[in-house]
Amino acid sequence: MVSATVVEERVEAPPAPAKRSWHFTSSTAKKVFAYGILVPGACLFVAPFVWLISASFQHVGDIFSWPPQWIPKNPTVEAYKVFFGIGASEDVQNRAAEGVTRWFLNSAFVATTITVLQLLFNSMAAYVFAKRRFPGRNLIFLAFLSTMMVPPQVSLIPNYLIMKHIPLFGGNDILGLGGHGMLDSYYGLILPNAAAAFGIFLLRQYMQSIPDELLDAARIDGASEFKIFWRVVLPLCRPALAAMAIFTFTYAWEDFLWPLIIISSPNHQTAPLGLALFVVKNRTSWDVLMAGSVIATLPMVVVFAVFQRHFIRGISLTGLKA
Amino acid sequence: MSVAANAVTEQAVPRGARGLRHNLRQMRREWSAYAFLSPAVIVFSLFTAFSLLFLLYMTFHEWSIIQPQKPYVGLDNYKDLIHDERFKRSVINTFYYTGAQVPLTMLVGLGVALLLNQPLRGRGILRTMFFLPNITPLVVVAIVWKWLYNGDYGLFNYYLLKTHLIHDPLLWLSDKNLAMPAVVLMAVWNGVGFAMVVYLAGLQSIPEELYEAAKVDGAGWFQRLRSITLPMLRPSTIFLVVIEIIFSFQVFTQIFVMTSGGPVDRTTTVVYYIYESAFKFFEMGYASTVAFALFLMLLVFTALQIRIQRRGAW
Repeated sequence: MVSATVVEERVEAPPAPAKRSWHFTSSTAKKVFAYGILVPGACLFVAPFVWLISASFQHVGDIFSWPPQWIPKNPTVEAYKVFFGIGASEDVQNRAAEGVTRWFLNSAFVATTITVLQLLFNSMAAYVFAKRRFPGRNLIFLAFLSTMMVPPQVSLIPNYLIMKHIPLFGGNDILGLGGHGMLDSYYGLILPNAAAAFGIFLLRQYMQSIPDELLDAARIDGASEFKIFWRVVLPLCRPALAAMAIFTFTYAWEDFLWPLIIISSPNHQTAPLGLALFVVKNRTSWDVLMAGSVIATLPMVVVFAVFQRHFIRGISLTGLKA
Repeated sequence: MSVAANAVTEQAVPRGARGLRHNLRQMRREWSAYAFLSPAVIVFSLFTAFSLLFLLYMTFHEWSIIQPQKPYVGLDNYKDLIHDERFKRSVINTFYYTGAQVPLTMLVGLGVALLLNQPLRGRGILRTMFFLPNITPLVVVAIVWKWLYNGDYGLFNYYLLKTHLIHDPLLWLSDKNLAMPAVVLMAVWNGVGFAMVVYLAGLQSIPEELYEAAKVDGAGWFQRLRSITLPMLRPSTIFLVVIEIIFSFQVFTQIFVMTSGGPVDRTTTVVYYIYESAFKFFEMGYASTVAFALFLMLLVFTALQIRIQRRGAW
């Protein structure tokens, strides 16, 4: 799976027989040189992960040992047990109260919901921009594009206040006063991310390649606009939707700053937030933290392994045609 | 570019009152198009358009969450901003971070891509290894690196001491001259995979004949790199420069986890300063002014990014 590549193998022309021996040595030297740099380099890139995984299987005391243990001398799954609250020992029971499993359920729920909403809303808007004609289309499209000029860090403060003053929500009155609105709620995490101009833009470009005749044929058959979108357009966009789903999910899973400011109760913490606050508050269960870090990384690795083709294609083609 | 041009010619509708009636009729007929757009329109108008206007409004007010009064203060926030040493520091730090991280990441990414762009056994695995940091949540990366940099039991110190490159343990993240380089090093490690993938895609699109022709003309390896590879990679390079600058101006997570802006503000970036002013000191009006400054600083680059994206296609 790992070697499944989009970047196709470049087949080298067979060397001319007369020059064979020379070509052979030259390309061998080149390969030795390439491996000589790439293999140690790649190992350096992976070493921190190896160490992380190793540490997650060590006792707290061993994590601090000097020299560091790359292979745990007394391997243990204690940290993972604490993490999932499995086991009857008093230690597990006490430390499980830290509620770390909850972070991951929250993250999974929020990231999945954001992905589903974005796939739906982005493709709806993209379809209309790509295939429908209506007054104001260009104007609305330009307005959508220009929202990309405002990075999330810039709209952070006003969005926090908007969330706080959503009327009739979280104890607010009709004027949006009195309560905490959508702060510290799943709604607050999800709603600002329910659509993204970037995704709309990419999907629109993909949808423009769908022949109009196909849609017209469906229209003549009496299909409603929604049915055309759902039954004809979406199935044709599967590759683009797959790439977008991966990006959206990883982005939502990793998102940190927004959850950091709007979430205040441990019940609603997402995985990155929980882990980061754990470190900043300098709590002592480093083994559990390491286990949590491994588990927080796993969904990303799984998504990447399964969808690697879409992933790399998406990255290299988003807005780039060399 | 052509997209906009097409759309404009399509809309050659009659003007004046008749045009208006025509438009209204069309709007009624195409009502479902507006219905399809409405979820995205609601999200963007509230959380982006209104948000930006609200931000601008806040920059003219003293806005504390704790105080019920939010008095209008005119340009005071902007005046404070100009004289604020910490803000200046955060801008310098952000430029330092960007100026070091972007070129380094791209250079290493290009090198790895060039090496991987030949028929090697195990190429897929090597590429995945370089890309692995990129798919790891940034918080996890920061946690692991905070550990690696630890002065007492970190791996960096252990191996540097063992190889006698240093004689005393270095306090990576609490030394005011080392903290930012340490953060940059981690960011480079984290970002090389992305640059590599973009460059690999660029390399694949260079026609082989160019190299063949150059070889016939007797061009050496370096000459081929300089006069074929690098010029042909220009679109990839421009794309990367713009994207990487935008991202590095937004750096926050690593700072929060690894240094909290310290020591003595040496790693306080603009976004971290916004966060601190707004959610630690509750000076939301002033923090909005900083955010607005960030918006202006990024405007040119985001405009460039949109242009690049409009030209490219899937």
